[in-house]
Amino acid sequence: MKNGKEAALLGGATFVALLGAGFASDDLFRAHAWVLVFVLAASTIIMMRRMEVVPAGQVPVQKDTSGYMDDVIRYGVLATTFWGVVGLLVGVIIASQLAWPWLNIEPWFNFGRLRPLHTSAVIFAFGGNALICTSFYIVQRTCRARLFGGNTAWFVFWGYQLFIVMAATGYLLGITQSKEYAEPEWYVDIWLTVVWVAYLVVFLGTIVKRKEPHIYVANWFFLAFIITVAMLHLVNNLSMPVSLTGSKSYSAFAGVQDALTQWWYGHNAVGFFLTAGFLGMMYYFVPKQADRPIYSYRLSIVHFWSLIFLYIWAGPHHLHYTALPDWAQTLGMVFSIMLWMPSWGGMINGLMTLQGAWDKLRTDPVLRMFVISLAFYGMSTFEGPMMSIKTINSLSHYTDWTIGHVHSGALGWNGMITFGALYYLVPKLWNRERLYSLRLVNWHLWLATIGIVIYAAVMWVAGITQGLMWREYDDQGFLVNSFIETVSAIHPEYVMRMVGGLIYLIGALIMTYNIWRTIRGDVRDEVPMGGNLAVAPKIVAAE
Amino acid sequence: MDYTFMREFADSWGLIYLFLIFIGAVFFTFRPGSKEVADRIARIPFEEDRDDV
Repeated sequence: MKNGKEAALLGGATFVALLGAGFASDDLFRAHAWVLVFVLAASTIIMMRRMEVVPAGQVPVQKDTSGYMDDVIRYGVLATTFWGVVGLLVGVIIASQLAWPWLNIEPWFNFGRLRPLHTSAVIFAFGGNALICTSFYIVQRTCRARLFGGNTAWFVFWGYQLFIVMAATGYLLGITQSKEYAEPEWYVDIWLTVVWVAYLVVFLGTIVKRKEPHIYVANWFFLAFIITVAMLHLVNNLSMPVSLTGSKSYSAFAGVQDALTQWWYGHNAVGFFLTAGFLGMMYYFVPKQADRPIYSYRLSIVHFWSLIFLYIWAGPHHLHYTALPDWAQTLGMVFSIMLWMPSWGGMINGLMTLQGAWDKLRTDPVLRMFVISLAFYGMSTFEGPMMSIKTINSLSHYTDWTIGHVHSGALGWNGMITFGALYYLVPKLWNRERLYSLRLVNWHLWLATIGIVIYAAVMWVAGITQGLMWREYDDQGFLVNSFIETVSAIHPEYVMRMVGGLIYLIGALIMTYNIWRTIRGDVRDEVPMGGNLAVAPKIVAAE
Repeated sequence: MDYTFMREFADSWGLIYLFLIFIGAVFFTFRPGSKEVADRIARIPFEEDRDDV
């Protein structure tokens, strides 16, 4: 009986969630458990409708298990697109809330609850789904092996969506352990751990059964991402729940130790989730789209090891001028500055892959997307180490400069490379000759670029304004500005930031339309990129 | 195993240990004859369409 076991397990889980709602020791846990009951009950019904019963004695139809397992990747592509639009939309909403405070609708939709919803939606829902589906795609192709573990890959996909839904609804209800990028409470953390171990099993199992003797470098980056995120997640979320049916827990660490553990986690979430994982995408999709092998494979290996050895120490730069010991702050700063080298080595390696193929940029907007993403990778990995220098940090820290920096990395590097990967994957996965429209890809590219530039530029202005106003003393030694004066001074920048984000969101909506039409099998009748080749001057070989 | 001991162990033996592993990895990457191997591995993404999965 197909799907019977799954439906039974989901039904059992629904019952457990119902018990959680019944025995809840606080109202928030009860509300959250009801969300879980609803989601699991709906999943059970869907699974029961998909059950197939084979009469006794008959051999069940064997599904083809010879080729690559691409169904789960197709779902991943759709989930990435969906969560991307949701996450960006929430970003535009909270940017508007900062500019026009009356948009805060208490209690569920005020800035404090929507902000973690935005960060988790773009990093973990959009970025995480992109990483899971591209890693599944790449590891199969570069190992020439089908995904290990059969339906475990489906468990990883749906289990991860459940984590996203529980995290997001928890934030709106007001359930948080108040750790940046690690807001979900203990029971959601445990669930993510289960899903993540399954992810590791599928990925590592596929590498183990590979038919290719070597492990391609993209898989090294993905493996480092999966293992390190598991380690970070486990340590940073060590906590004691108040009750096994309650939504509150207390961290195992106290004071500055808790702060350092949090930023060891937080910065390596950037280093291994948003950098190592996405570099895995870069080392596959850039060579494929440029149709040339990576510029220097040996440089990519040095890139890998230096990134791994350096990144893990950079976290303390988030705690400059705090109770953290001075030596630890300096350590974080020095390792952040050393990160310049592997970051730029990787960027150069990616860009130089286009050596001898730069002309492709004229006709291929998807390749342009990858190049822009590498440019933003280079720019934000230059800006980051600079901001980690203590004297610069004393101006930039706690200001909107940090927000601008994060967005040039997240929108520029992570966003653009994911869009490029989606444009690469959709025609391949749905067996279409090409995308619906390359011209629309070009529109997306430029809207996204203009959006990021507006966003980053106004946040520089806002951040430096704030930093200078906060530190301004008069000749009596008193601070000149009250805090609210520094807020009202940057109101125009807050409005402009919302506009920049909105332009970026419009680009993502164009992509969604393009992907939808491509999946439908439509091809737009349009002038090819790079102009009409018939009237272009003929290039004659010199010989 | 007090704080001072761990702190001093980390910035002496710990540092040397990790640094040597890193240097070793770099030297291994650039060992003689590694270029041919690396060039072959770099072509892996272009061999996926072989139908012997």
